[in-house]
Amino acid sequence: MTKVLTKTDQRPIRLKGRSFLALVLAPEMPFEEWLGRLDDLASRSAGFFLGRPVVLDVEGLQVSRAELQAMIEQLAERNVRIMGIENAKPSQIGPGMPPAMRGGRPADDFAAPAEDAEPAGQASQSGEAKASPSADAPQVRATSSMIIDTPVRSGQSIIFPEGDITVVGSVASGAELVAGGSIHVYGTLRGRALAGSVGNASARIFCHKLEAELLAIDGLYKTAEDMEPKLKGKSVQLWLDGDAIRAETFN
Amino acid sequence: MAKVIVVTSGKGGVGKTTSTAALGAALAQRGEKTVVVDFDVGLRNLDLVMGAERRVVYDLINVIQGDAKLPQALIRDKRLETLHLLPASQTRDKENLTEDGVERVMDELRKSFDWIICDSPAGIERGATLAMRHADTAVVVTNPEVSSVRDSDRIIGLLDSKTAKAERGDKIDKHLLLTRYDGARAERGDMLKVDDVLEILSIPLIGIIPESMDVLRASNVGSPVTIADERSEAAIAYRQAAQRLAGENLPVALPGERRGFFGKIFGRRAA
Repeated sequence: MTKVLTKTDQRPIRLKGRSFLALVLAPEMPFEEWLGRLDDLASRSAGFFLGRPVVLDVEGLQVSRAELQAMIEQLAERNVRIMGIENAKPSQIGPGMPPAMRGGRPADDFAAPAEDAEPAGQASQSGEAKASPSADAPQVRATSSMIIDTPVRSGQSIIFPEGDITVVGSVASGAELVAGGSIHVYGTLRGRALAGSVGNASARIFCHKLEAELLAIDGLYKTAEDMEPKLKGKSVQLWLDGDAIRAETFN
Repeated sequence: MAKVIVVTSGKGGVGKTTSTAALGAALAQRGEKTVVVDFDVGLRNLDLVMGAERRVVYDLINVIQGDAKLPQALIRDKRLETLHLLPASQTRDKENLTEDGVERVMDELRKSFDWIICDSPAGIERGATLAMRHADTAVVVTNPEVSSVRDSDRIIGLLDSKTAKAERGDKIDKHLLLTRYDGARAERGDMLKVDDVLEILSIPLIGIIPESMDVLRASNVGSPVTIADERSEAAIAYRQAAQRLAGENLPVALPGERRGFFGKIFGRRAA
């Protein structure tokens, strides 16, 4: 007890989220045949799978845990390292195997190395294509945003890791907004607002009227009790300054 | 064209059953064929408030399970021949309330009634979601206090996402019925004011029912207040709410503003 009381460092541990682009492989049955096609693909571009995070999608695949384990080993022999398994039944996954993954969102397809079987002379060309940024580097896009023009009700949870959330209306007590970017509420913010949830310290929260239960930017949070009483009911913007949430009212 | 209305709130004890009976009777008094349906399996009360508890033979679950035909389970009101009750089961397990079964009963009721008013149980579980499932319009019953308002907000969210109409991409009409309103207490700040509730819930208001002994008395004698005490302020407020549900455009008046007599009642209670 005294140990806890005398602890000087009271900084909370910051729990951050980050999203990565992974390549998804969906094996088909019979597995040996599929593996043959995979070998064929890999032979066109040595090291295509090297150092890439790969997720195995086993939806609809009727295999036992041992068979799945064997598949993963056979893939490992080909330098395909599986970081997670999607759509697996709990019975198919055991200790020592990659963890089950959930909540994947589709992204652009990866360009497979050289679509047709090409002569050796053109192989270098395909190597060049791979080096160009457009092939498989994440494309730079404008920050996306989500606009909600109805009130967000208690118990609703709006999660948008890709960018900003703008609510034209109020956010009720017991509702939750989680944005990868900033949060804008053109109404009363009574619920929770978590901005910069995927590790974006420059995200901000703007609201027309602050009555929030909880505010967080980049994992650093503040409950209603910790907020300055003079901010209540005001038009406010909040941002992160180092390890502190700063607030300013608009006049 | 039949219209299905769900009377819902999330929180218990705010006046769903009383409001179902009062609105049902008010609509039936307009000469339109009305049925009130109790969805509170295991804790039914609508039969008591309607004064039909001694006439229940078959119930909603019997109809769903095929033990009885719908006309056998419907109870016609003794005072108003356009008013009917479909009671809930008090003894059966609420698991017997199935989605298919409810849909079948609703389709059959739509054929022979103008208004189908579903009395939702409290909470957000099966009974409540099935009661709202096939509704065209929702009446959200709310008391002017914070917990009731938050629960109503939650229910509005469910109405917008879990009803058949919402799943088809249509918008379900939602109306706020503010019950147990006490003007004097709201003025003193003991209760939320009407504007506060409207600002939080942001749905149109169809009526403000004053906290009144008439409502309690009517429930206890087994008669909807709109039949038992037609000229009481609560009955007038319910009747006007029913008119608004039927599409009439009437301004909503704050209770106690209209007559000095009620001002006296409020004044006395506040002392």
